[in-house]
Amino acid sequence: MTTAPTQYTRTAIALHWLIALLIFVAFPVGLYMVDLPLSPQKLKIISWHKWAGITVLALVLVRILWRVTHRPPALPDSMNSIEKLAAHGAHHLLYLLMIAVPLVGWLMSSAKGFPVVWFGVLPLPDLVGKSESLAEFFEEAHEILAWLMALIVVVHAAAAVKHHFVARDGILARMLPFLK
Amino acid sequence: MKIFVTALAAAALALPAAAVEYGTLDPAKSSLAFTSKQMGVPVDGKFGKFKVALSFDPAAVQKASAGFELELASIDAGSKEANDEVVGKDWFNAKQFPTAVFKSTSVKALGGNRFEVTGTLTIKGRTQNVTAPFTYKADGANGVFEGAFTIKRLQFGIGEGPWGDTSTVADDVQIKFRLVAAARK
Ligand code: HEM
Repeated sequence: MTTAPTQYTRTAIALHWLIALLIFVAFPVGLYMVDLPLSPQKLKIISWHKWAGITVLALVLVRILWRVTHRPPALPDSMNSIEKLAAHGAHHLLYLLMIAVPLVGWLMSSAKGFPVVWFGVLPLPDLVGKSESLAEFFEEAHEILAWLMALIVVVHAAAAVKHHFVARDGILARMLPFLK
Repeated sequence: MKIFVTALAAAALALPAAAVEYGTLDPAKSSLAFTSKQMGVPVDGKFGKFKVALSFDPAAVQKASAGFELELASIDAGSKEANDEVVGKDWFNAKQFPTAVFKSTSVKALGGNRFEVTGTLTIKGRTQNVTAPFTYKADGANGVFEGAFTIKRLQFGIGEGPWGDTSTVADDVQIKFRLVAAARK
């Protein structure tokens, strides 16, 4: 594996879009549910949010495993070094946040005294004991990190679109093969 | 003095204490907790204020009796939002029905340190028969009673309207009690 491949594997592409889809669902659902009055519907939506978020966490771990065992295709030479640095920085930050946001959500849930049961079937361990002050801290952190992730996702997507329509360097088609 | 000696002997020899009657509850050591299931997730809660009248002689259990009365507004249902919700009309309607009351009708020995109490539980104006197995052990001059039983919340109208949906909040609620009572002087 000395020369970088020119394409992502199908596994990498599937993981990318599956995770993206789940984040596109979990984020707005999170924003919507917090202001709902308590009702069975709210309890259901919060559970769905948690299940989607934990699935993101699980898939991201698989994705990181893929990433450390494969080399992604190199960025084109038409990009200058600052652009390359920004792209790599954004990707690393996204990996970090894709772990941090759901992990902090899980921590918050534990601190609130609500164990997480994945899809209502698989009970996950509590990461911390019940504590109101910790719960408040993690709630705040979850919100801020989720917004930070949304911001970087927007920049990341805008960059991808710019590559496609302005630079026309085929970068987007590497993740969306049907564009070729 | 006699009770002290009996209790001491019982503790030392680990024999069941004979002819001790238990009365006053130690609220700091006693607890009344419950576990409900929301979306398959067990959520713990407890009651802060309850009164218990207990008369129990391990040597004559058929004469034993127990009664408790708990203040529903003293509930800790796991979160502030839940506490505000469950005292409301759909749940306990605690303004109109401030207490839950249990009265034993019979107690029987199951062998060893295990017993079973049967009685009536009244919540929100509705009365149901309940049976709870429990264990008893002497701890110094105190008697420790521990047990658990399951109620069906909808039989008491706890969680009506949209909350009647048992796929969100299960019908079964597990109640766990630990009562520490002093020997009667
Ligand atoms: C990629 C994954 C996730 C994203 C993008 C995400 C995003 C969000 C957002 C945007 C909010 C609203 C924040 C606010 O406005 O206060 C929220 C709330 C919440 N999230 Fe997540 N979340 C994710 C994963 C998780 C996980 C895994 C859990 C728990 C296991 C979780 C538990 C919660 C809870 C309990 C709330 C409500 C907090 C409250 O009561 O105010 N989230 N989430």
